Amino acid sequence: MMSVGSRALEVRDLRVVRAGTDIDIVAEVSFALKAGEVLGLVGESGSGKTTAGLALLNHCRRGLAIAEGSEITLAGRPVRNLDPEGLRALRGPVICYVPQDPAAALNPALKIRTQLVECGKDGRRLSDVRLAELLGEVKLPETPAFLESYPHQISGGQQQRVAIAMAFANRPQVIVMDEPTTGLDVTTQAHVLAIVRQLCSRHGVAAVYISHDLAVVASLAHRVAVMYAGRIVEAGPVKDVLRHPRHPYTRALISAVPDLGSNAVMHGIPGQAPDPGARPKGCSFAPRCGWALPACEAQIPAHRAIGEEHHVRCIHPLGEDAPPLSYGARPAVQAQSKRLLEVDGLRARHGGSEILHGLSFGLEARNCLAIVGESGSGKTTLARCIAGLHADWSGNLRFQGAALAPASRKRPAEHRRQIQYIFQNPYASLNPRRTIGQSMAGTLSILEPVSRAESRTRIEAALRRVALPPATVDRYPHQLSGGQRQRAAIARALVVNPKLLICDEITSALDVSIQAVIIELIDNLKREHGLSLIFVTHNLALVSSIAENVAVLMAGRIVELGNTAQVLGDPASPEARKLLDDTPRLVRS
Amino acid sequence: MAALNALRARIGWVGLVLAGLVVAIALLGPFMAPHAPEAFVGAPFQPPNAAMPLGGDVLGRDVLSRVLTGGYRTLGLAAVATLLGVAVGAILGMAAGFFRGAADETIMRLLDVALAFPQTIFALLFLSILGSEPWLTALVVAAIHAPQVARVARAGALRIAAEDFVRHAEAIGMSPLRILVTEILPNISVPLLVELGLRYTYSIALIAGLSFLGLGQQPPAPDWGLMINENRIGMASNPWPVLVPVTLIAVLTIGTNLFTDALSRSTAAAGEGQTTEVR
Repeated sequence: MMSVGSRALEVRDLRVVRAGTDIDIVAEVSFALKAGEVLGLVGESGSGKTTAGLALLNHCRRGLAIAEGSEITLAGRPVRNLDPEGLRALRGPVICYVPQDPAAALNPALKIRTQLVECGKDGRRLSDVRLAELLGEVKLPETPAFLESYPHQISGGQQQRVAIAMAFANRPQVIVMDEPTTGLDVTTQAHVLAIVRQLCSRHGVAAVYISHDLAVVASLAHRVAVMYAGRIVEAGPVKDVLRHPRHPYTRALISAVPDLGSNAVMHGIPGQAPDPGARPKGCSFAPRCGWALPACEAQIPAHRAIGEEHHVRCIHPLGEDAPPLSYGARPAVQAQSKRLLEVDGLRARHGGSEILHGLSFGLEARNCLAIVGESGSGKTTLARCIAGLHADWSGNLRFQGAALAPASRKRPAEHRRQIQYIFQNPYASLNPRRTIGQSMAGTLSILEPVSRAESRTRIEAALRRVALPPATVDRYPHQLSGGQRQRAAIARALVVNPKLLICDEITSALDVSIQAVIIELIDNLKREHGLSLIFVTHNLALVSSIAENVAVLMAGRIVELGNTAQVLGDPASPEARKLLDDTPRLVRS
Repeated sequence: MAALNALRARIGWVGLVLAGLVVAIALLGPFMAPHAPEAFVGAPFQPPNAAMPLGGDVLGRDVLSRVLTGGYRTLGLAAVATLLGVAVGAILGMAAGFFRGAADETIMRLLDVALAFPQTIFALLFLSILGSEPWLTALVVAAIHAPQVARVARAGALRIAAEDFVRHAEAIGMSPLRILVTEILPNISVPLLVELGLRYTYSIALIAGLSFLGLGQQPPAPDWGLMINENRIGMASNPWPVLVPVTLIAVLTIGTNLFTDALSRSTAAAGEGQTTEVR
């Protein structure tokens, strides 16, 4: 085992600009990594973390350029002045990149074996011995059947492990991983993280792990650098930064993350990160910061050392003695009332095979039931059966005592109105060619025809309930940010005054700070407007902050059903316990 | 990147101006012709002079007057045929892509059969049996376009029908017809518009070709396609009655293609811009 020691990577004043302009995408990024050390590069979308990560390979997206004066030193060799030949010699043997989407990174037309063996040094093929060793390291089967398959024939987790094996094939000294577990469910994610952790420490590989997920970083990295608007705003050892965040943004980000370990209420960060070119003169976070002073807007704050290796870019860092993150206690569970939805012996089929094998549960009015499970467990199919979007099922669904027809088009308008479905991806659930107002008016005209004037008032009221400005009526979806689109989609459901909202992974396409805002919104709708919720998610940590009850789904069966506190605190089934153990936590106990 | 976009836009404008020029000649020409198109003004294939700037044709009629009056029939007929063909193709293709299953198979396999016939032979067959009526020409040309437009519309509808906003429309119980009109059609309008421009140039070429073969406009009507056929024997003494119609048809075809090309590129660029926001 190699020790953490010699310096593998050093970056000084890295600056990436839009080619031919002075607009910073990334600026003043400096850090150093020792062999075997893992740095978590954390930030929301648009913070420049991927751009910074790619720049370490002396590469940037088309239209961007690494500015003069940036210094990148890899294993003692400066890389900025290398010619293409020299760069090629570096990439692979010295530094490697693992992209976010393994399905896009692997060549769909080549077999796994072909792609793995061509990773040898200097274009040579990998020997069979080395191939076997490599497969063992990433815990992939060494069988001919696996090696002869094509990327689409293996699972997402396996694809990502193949990509990781390709990166580790030449034992590089530095590896850059760009959200490699984002598309995976928690169990697979836990496997992949364990493999990465093991490989880095065993071979002394320095890693830059780019992620938006603080909990994942907490479980993997030694040090963490938080990026905001292209700059590192806080950096230091993981424990220091996550336990005692000194920058207001880090602190806000942490309180936006749902966490199993604590009983905290999540808080979103109001506002949006500024776009490159529209960044303020002073601290980029000042417009969203609760502690901002006039001096914050004067100039970009310089780094300030807080402790050993812990520094922060803030003129008045939150003190060590600042109260711990405001963990408000969750409001008490509401008194149980009458049943809204009754599911009895639900069996659903897809094509020829049964994927839900007799599910039974109930939902009380004004309550939230979370449905948790890995991808492929059937949770989306369940949600779609209830919404009438998946008609191939048998069993009994009763809504307010009346039987629900399988397909939405066979259901009376009253049922279609009272049960509303909110989709995972707000980028796809709104018609791009219609304004938000037109989409909402269309929904209203079908389910509850009202006069034009009343329609207008209803639409405005619904937009107010999701905290969108009235002007949103005339906006097209592409003019809104991701969070705003999801709110508009929720408003489109609210405009017909539903009783039950079915939320299918509604935050998984959004940043954590925005996720927290949407969860707050949904929670508020439940408590103040008496909505009932079915909340489908793969993120167990999210469940504790919203649901009274939780059903854990595994391969089409409910393996555990009960009160949230009880299921998360002391699960009875081994499946639920495993899911719980695999969920990364911010604060390790 | 920005410069490239501007260049594309400029090419688009050039195309629009070229096509507009030819359409203007066809539409305004009849009011500006110095002579009646069927009047015998000079000697056959007379070279250009002051009274006849483009000379005379095979029967000594004024070429300029025939060029000016010979466009609107072909262009109008092509427009009717194209609109009809694109409309029918779009409806069939959207229905196939949205309903899938048996409807899809039935519509698309029948259209495949239609596609299997060589287009020009198909047109010649009908027109030679039933006679060369303008309405029949329009109908035959439309029938040639419909299957190909249907394929484009179906591909678009398949893609859009899988989107969540269509799921939502189904969940709230929107009727299939309304889904097709309000949810799917607006989202495939751009490829359909591009198709419209492209099909229009094909129609013109096809109708002019039919006239050339003697199955479109009949003599003595002035017509660009017909003029090329009638006058090609006299190219040596007066090339203008062939060259001018050929040039006009070529300019119109090139202009329309430039424009629709720029249109599809600019919307493709806009589409790229949209997806970059998605994480």
